[in-house]
Amino acid sequence: MNKLAERFSWKTYVLFTLALLTAMVLCICMGSVSIPLGDTLTALWNTLWGLEIPAGISRNIILNVRLPRVINVALVGAALSLCGAAMQGLLRNPLADGSTLGVSSGASLGAVIALALGVSMPGTGFGGTMLMAMGFAFLSLLLILSLAYALDRSLSTSSIILIGVIFSMFASSLINLIISFSPEHIKSVTFWTMGSLSGTNYSHAGILALALLLCGGVILRCSRELNAFAIGEDNARHIGVNVRRVKLLILAAVSILIGVSVSIAGTIGFVGLVMPHMARMLTGPNHQRLLPASMFSGAIFLLLADLVSRTLLSPVELPIGVVTSLVGAAAFIAILYRTRKAR
Amino acid sequence: MLKTEHVTVRYGEHTVVDDLSFTLQEGQWLMLVGPNGAGKSTLIEAIAQGVPYTGRIQLSGDDIRRIRPAQLAQQLGVLSQRNTVGYAYTVEEVVNLGRYAHTSGIFSRQDKDGQAQVEQALSLTGLTALRHASVLTLSGGELQRVFLAQVFAQNPRLLILDEPANHLDLVYQKHIFSLISDWLRQPGRAVLSVVHDLSLARRYGTHAVLMDQGRCAAQGAIATVLTPEALQQVYGLDVYAWMNEMLGQWKKP
Repeated sequence: MNKLAERFSWKTYVLFTLALLTAMVLCICMGSVSIPLGDTLTALWNTLWGLEIPAGISRNIILNVRLPRVINVALVGAALSLCGAAMQGLLRNPLADGSTLGVSSGASLGAVIALALGVSMPGTGFGGTMLMAMGFAFLSLLLILSLAYALDRSLSTSSIILIGVIFSMFASSLINLIISFSPEHIKSVTFWTMGSLSGTNYSHAGILALALLLCGGVILRCSRELNAFAIGEDNARHIGVNVRRVKLLILAAVSILIGVSVSIAGTIGFVGLVMPHMARMLTGPNHQRLLPASMFSGAIFLLLADLVSRTLLSPVELPIGVVTSLVGAAAFIAILYRTRKAR
Repeated sequence: MLKTEHVTVRYGEHTVVDDLSFTLQEGQWLMLVGPNGAGKSTLIEAIAQGVPYTGRIQLSGDDIRRIRPAQLAQQLGVLSQRNTVGYAYTVEEVVNLGRYAHTSGIFSRQDKDGQAQVEQALSLTGLTALRHASVLTLSGGELQRVFLAQVFAQNPRLLILDEPANHLDLVYQKHIFSLISDWLRQPGRAVLSVVHDLSLARRYGTHAVLMDQGRCAAQGAIATVLTPEALQQVYGLDVYAWMNEMLGQWKKP
């Protein structure tokens, strides 16, 4: 066990919580319009306790624009990172993440079809894009698992990865085909497939929080099973894990969380791949510590990435997926280099 | 305790285990012996519900297919020969997972005997000093001992071991086989193991099934199975002469 992992204790969770709250407040303060720290804290404190917010404080920007966005960013970051950690353990593959299964591409395909065809759902409040993305995420999961089952009745990990990768490529080809036939939508489609959390509101946050509570709860509850899978699927079966049932349960939870996240924030790469690796450096591989640490680190990372995407070329906003990929790729190479050098 | 009836395992057109039947009673150590490709490990995987099979396998009178995985693991511990770990778990974390079957229910996280079982397993396998070490830093033999400790922590009634002496030096081979032999002395226990070293099989086994190309060539008490004629027929080699020649090298001048 490395030295950082040896020192891991409940105090680390306190530090994580403080870091998360600091990042959230920072993200509310900074942007195209800067808001003083005191104003932000006063507005948040008074809202929390139902007090009047003093005149002169930018209430609308803090409570109606930045706070819902910041909450959504934190929830999406936590969800993506949690899914990445779960998939890396379940599939025993350090290069896996929530998108390995292909559900992410399926959700993107649904959203792109909705954008290209101008699908809208009157009265839903979220528009057709989100519902199509969710629907396609579920259909993708069903299709991928059915194909994997037809190929191999034991639902082996290698079959799932194989079908997932093939399905992702297939969905990406369809997305490109749709983009090539609908040039007027390219900009919105491209922006959406690279991820964006602008315009997200408290309703989105509510859906994300519910999904994270239910699906995240299932994944966290399966932390010991994930340890067994990470050691080896045969070993998991030998010690009494109901391998097929637990695998299906975790895959379903991950797919729902990814589907909901993609439908709200678009495709955001590298969070689910890199952040569990960083968390693992702090906690070691034990999923009972790794999963919560991954959620915190994913939330903090995505908050900072969103801050960069909003402020780097302000008032122009960069797609958040571009920022996470640029930072994530550099961080991943640094981790690989450091890990290999330490051996 | 364990009864297999007409067990057959096929991979496509290829039959790996062919109509195999045997019975293992409490107190017995049954050695599965035979040349490479005889189907020994596949048979063990079938008993551990790792590969699909036809026929019937019963554990204490119950069809093994109908026993829930956690209940099965409380009765049956399996040491595989393909143990590798990709992440830096500590020795103690891996051994602790052996208690999973006893604490897997939603409301049954408390495992009063668990810590004592884990401590005993670490101590028996000589791993107490290495308990906080990463499994990635261990040798093949040490890793084999970690998974054996996990099986001991599981505290099953039936041990299934696929090449338990894999990667172990002579000292630990003797140590581990003596350990399993002592473990077997407790009432209500039995061991089924695949062993390539016929000397170890003869020394520690009470019974044997000699397998050849998926079929049972001979079975019964160990001395009646490992005869020169049966071994000659299966291995195509005068095994007794070869063993004597090898041992002859160690005679004092």
